[in-house]
Amino acid sequence: MFKIVRRQEMTGGTVILNEIEAPLIAKKARPGQFVILKANENGERIPLTMADSDPEKGTITIIYMVVGKSTALFRDLQVGDSYQDVIGPLGKATHLEKVGKVICVGGGTGVAVLHPITRGLKEIGNDVTCIIGARTKDLLILEDEMKKASHDLRVCTDDGTYGHHGFVTQVMQEVLDAGDVKLVVAIGPVPMMKAVSKITKDYNVPTMVSLNPIMVDGTGMCGGCRVTIGGETKFACVDGPEFDGHQVDFDELMMRLQAYQEDERDSHQHYCTIRDAK
Amino acid sequence: MADIAGKTQKNPRVPMPEQEPKVRARNFLEVPTGYTMKMAQEEAARCLQCKKPGCVTGCPVGVDIPGFIDLIVQGDMSGAIRHLWKMNALPAVCGRVCPQEIQCEGQCIVGKKGQPVAIGNLERFCADYEREHGTGELPPKQPSTGKKVAVVGSGPSGLTVAGDLIVKGHDVTIYEAFHKPGGVLVYGIPEFRLPKAIVAQEVNFLERLGVKVECNAVVGRTVSLDELFAEGYEAIYVGVGAGLPKFMNLPGENLVGILSANEYLTRANLMKAYQFPDVDTPIPHGKNVVVLGAGNVAMDSARTAMRLGAETVKIVYRRSRDEMPARKAEIHHAEEEGIEMCLLTNPTRYLGNEKGRLTGMECLRMELGEPDASGRRRPVPIKGSEFQVDCDLCIVAVGSGANPLLTSETSDMQLNKWGYVVTDPATGKTTKKGVWAGGDIVTGAATVILAMGAGRQAADSIHNYLTLGW
Repeated sequence: MFKIVRRQEMTGGTVILNEIEAPLIAKKARPGQFVILKANENGERIPLTMADSDPEKGTITIIYMVVGKSTALFRDLQVGDSYQDVIGPLGKATHLEKVGKVICVGGGTGVAVLHPITRGLKEIGNDVTCIIGARTKDLLILEDEMKKASHDLRVCTDDGTYGHHGFVTQVMQEVLDAGDVKLVVAIGPVPMMKAVSKITKDYNVPTMVSLNPIMVDGTGMCGGCRVTIGGETKFACVDGPEFDGHQVDFDELMMRLQAYQEDERDSHQHYCTIRDAK
Repeated sequence: MADIAGKTQKNPRVPMPEQEPKVRARNFLEVPTGYTMKMAQEEAARCLQCKKPGCVTGCPVGVDIPGFIDLIVQGDMSGAIRHLWKMNALPAVCGRVCPQEIQCEGQCIVGKKGQPVAIGNLERFCADYEREHGTGELPPKQPSTGKKVAVVGSGPSGLTVAGDLIVKGHDVTIYEAFHKPGGVLVYGIPEFRLPKAIVAQEVNFLERLGVKVECNAVVGRTVSLDELFAEGYEAIYVGVGAGLPKFMNLPGENLVGILSANEYLTRANLMKAYQFPDVDTPIPHGKNVVVLGAGNVAMDSARTAMRLGAETVKIVYRRSRDEMPARKAEIHHAEEEGIEMCLLTNPTRYLGNEKGRLTGMECLRMELGEPDASGRRRPVPIKGSEFQVDCDLCIVAVGSGANPLLTSETSDMQLNKWGYVVTDPATGKTTKKGVWAGGDIVTGAATVILAMGAGRQAADSIHNYLTLGW
């Protein structure tokens, strides 16, 4: 069993942070890797990229948005409660290298995944500009942490309630225009990563994205997470989760993410009905 | 057995009762329902108790078949199961999924002139009887040697190694990547062929003997082989299976609605998605389903699709009926349940709609040409024979390769060009000191019992190593 030692609600309860006891995973985990979590006996296996890990304390941290039944079950777990299963660390770690000027772009809960990567890139001597965005001010997460992890933090909101009024891509373009950017790391909703990659391709700046397709085992066994990278099929769980953004077929990824949309809705409804009846 | 049921003889075998095809095609309960004591004794009495039993030579783990059958005749069920356990830690599994027709039963003298003794059914009966009426008394164990052994993977070969070494007094821990032990017995073979409660019972039997099981441990990620040695293990057995799904590399393969058999069966079996939404893992419910391939995994996938409510389920296979790799009994069961065999048919591309969902596939008709390297007649496409098959779900069951997750993290263990682990065929030793391997990660996808045979051999070698040295 994997006990929750810290729990924090963000953005009014739609985003949750869990710090979980998982000493073996914490010892091995590196930025960019993910774990698979299962709340209880009948639970689904949910892959989430880690937001942090602490080998001394023996804990890992995940930050997730509540979107369906499985994440609603996760939200119901309190400090002292346990996940029945946590498996990892899975996937390849981020390749951190000193290249010079770097832009880290994060959207939604992708910011949580971006945080340890940004921190790592800064620690090894890169000049890191970070751009994070959300639909509105209340949905922004980890602003202070990202400020510390980078040299320069820019914040955007789609509705203009905070920071730059507009998309992260607009701010990114300004930074790119200033020149000399050697690497862009973009993690967030698929449309955001697609838009970022499209722009950076024009600027010819290498771009890394982190993908989170549907998967079951996370060890290369099921092939459910297959993505097309430069015309070739790859398994995100073992070949990724990070890929060259200029090679990813984002449209295919978006369609594959919709595979169980109706089932997910039915399942969530089923759960809410049972919960409300209690 | 259906393939020989047509023969008339004086002394036919006692058939095992089964659920009616129409009924069972829509439920996940086990198809054969088991012998009664009377049926088992009647069947056991057909055994001639040969002095030189062919059946034993046909068994990859060398079970003393006449011995346990004689104990059934005498009504000593406790003796019968204990006799079986001497050579086989998983009789409830083997009785159900072994290809007896080409092993023990294939060598049975009674079978030369009629139907062979139903050895598999009798083995199953012993295990089921023990589960339902047994005393729970464990077989004897040697005194503790204090030697620690790690077994990586809890499939049939790993469970066999663990069972053999625990009774020899060693301290055995199994590491399993999934959240439940059993390997392919749990994620691959469907409930209607091997109820998961039975696998759990077999694992529990090993746990009662003292085997420790660590789930959620991905060796190669969570912990490496060298770290296991550093923790004090003196020998490691690698039985991680061949879990890397093969696809056909056809245009449109990443459309929604095309799944590997591994994914489809894992959702259905391990995750129990057939109970969705009472469990949380969904599974696609196809109306018109195509399964590519004709092995046992293809039959399992097709029969699962039927049980999930499909209107039509087609097996698409490029060779003819004679070359189908599945057991005859499985093909027979599938056909009884309404699954169509589209033989000499080869898919060429998938067809999808604007939402990226599968709507059908294009196939070619084939004819058989000259024999190929496998000795089977090579299927050759018939020009201009393209036709379309409508389907909204396709399950790709054309085999699996070596999963590199563990082996790629273990640089000093030699692999062959396909990524399988190289071992000494007599002992199962790998090129890395203190490490043995067996089952599908050595041979490529094979059967449960062959993996168990490899486990038995490696366990003997590990025991020698722990007592005498490398």
